Amino acid sequence: MRPFDYKRAERLEHAGQLAAAEDTLAIAGGTNLIDLMKLQVETPATLVDLNHLPLAGIEEHEDGLRIGALATNTATAVHPRVRADYPLLARAILAGATQQLRNKATTGGNLCQRTRCWYFTNTDQPCNKREPGSGCGALMGRADLHAVLGTSEACIATYPGDMAVAMAALDATVEIAGEKGSRSVPLREFHLLPGDTPHIENVLEPGEIITAVTLPTPVGGKQIYRKVRERSSYAFALVSVAAALRMEGESIAHAALAFGGLAHKPWHDPRIDDLLTGEKPSMALFDKAADLLLEDAQGYGENDAKIPLARRALTATLIDATGVSA
Amino acid sequence: MTIEINGESHELPRDPRVTLLDFVREHLKMTGAKKGCDHGQCGACTMLVNGQRINSCLTLAVMHDGDSVTTIEGIGSPAAMAPLQEAFVKHDGYQCGYCTPGQICSATAMLQEIAAGWPSDATADPTDTPKLTREEVQERMSGNLCRCGAYANIVDAIMEVAEGEAA
Repeated sequence: MRPFDYKRAERLEHAGQLAAAEDTLAIAGGTNLIDLMKLQVETPATLVDLNHLPLAGIEEHEDGLRIGALATNTATAVHPRVRADYPLLARAILAGATQQLRNKATTGGNLCQRTRCWYFTNTDQPCNKREPGSGCGALMGRADLHAVLGTSEACIATYPGDMAVAMAALDATVEIAGEKGSRSVPLREFHLLPGDTPHIENVLEPGEIITAVTLPTPVGGKQIYRKVRERSSYAFALVSVAAALRMEGESIAHAALAFGGLAHKPWHDPRIDDLLTGEKPSMALFDKAADLLLEDAQGYGENDAKIPLARRALTATLIDATGVSA
Repeated sequence: MTIEINGESHELPRDPRVTLLDFVREHLKMTGAKKGCDHGQCGACTMLVNGQRINSCLTLAVMHDGDSVTTIEGIGSPAAMAPLQEAFVKHDGYQCGYCTPGQICSATAMLQEIAAGWPSDATADPTDTPKLTREEVQERMSGNLCRCGAYANIVDAIMEVAEGEAA
């Protein structure tokens, strides 16, 4: 690790001021950032420790739930209201990482975690995300974990997490505090596609800090997180499907789906939710949903398999959620 | 700034780069916790911080002002082994032993997590109270790798202690 100054933020305003300084990074759980600092992918001059801010609470919020930015993944996954009303979120968190990591990883940090692209984490290799303008090693290289949706010529990395995919399906909101005041951003709009600026991964401005994620009124129904990976535990998703789906009679009354492992952000395509809502479930309908999801999908060799895998994972999820099959 | 380790208070290091693992091993010369991968992948460095298991290689010592840490040295000794340690010996829950301190620390916390009713990815429904099965233990211990492949015996050892506690 390169030398750095360590500063502890005692108040939120203080944290924003400190974090706005040049070459400064904020640290919460540290499970991703310290790893990247050891690899010298990140070499901040100053580290601002957020852990003493009062942001770890999980509390009732209108008809929903407000999860503090410093609430650990474990605290969220074992919370009685999360388990009862947002089981999708509990399932997604528990499908990721290990208990040791979930005990440290935080809500805010998890949203800001970086890609696990081999070229990003290896400073010998070109990477437009780590070093803008240096090129993308994955385009012509090892790309088994990489994106098939929303890619650009500059970057085909994926957002690696599970928690945010569930939050995208649940239509959560990210609360952000900054020097210019507070703002809220729909989680579905928090992460960005790579375009020609893959080093900009989300909408946070310098000095802005995530303070919480709020979940809206529970939608009920079946909540499924289907994660397809190379090992059955402690592996990133090749493809994951988060689904909150409620039937009324023989029709789908509510459908909200999001996908992990496919893009630079948790992938949410409102056309899929619209297609399913109000319809009677059938294999033909599920096929149409997969057609919409994958109409612009592009493989890069090693990850070509993600395209048929995503179709099958979506179909299997919808079969589980509706009880309808071929 | 101080940290409590196995009941004893210590001054935290001045260099913020020092991880909790390096602080305990290199500064305090308590070498029970092991450095395997140093990237949070193997679990050999697992310690309990304020009762929760974490990868001590992925956290900075200076971030633990006022925290209470338990390492393998605080769990048992050759003369006074904890039940999990005895069970690992009885069931051959290791070959080279390098991962064992992490396995024991991890399993110690894991049994408390099951007792507290925390679900895992192996729990069919997150609202269920988890049952103590081999599948649950395997999932919950997936953050501790054993390159000798003693997994079956590790699960045997943990199951024996867990069933003893439940009885």
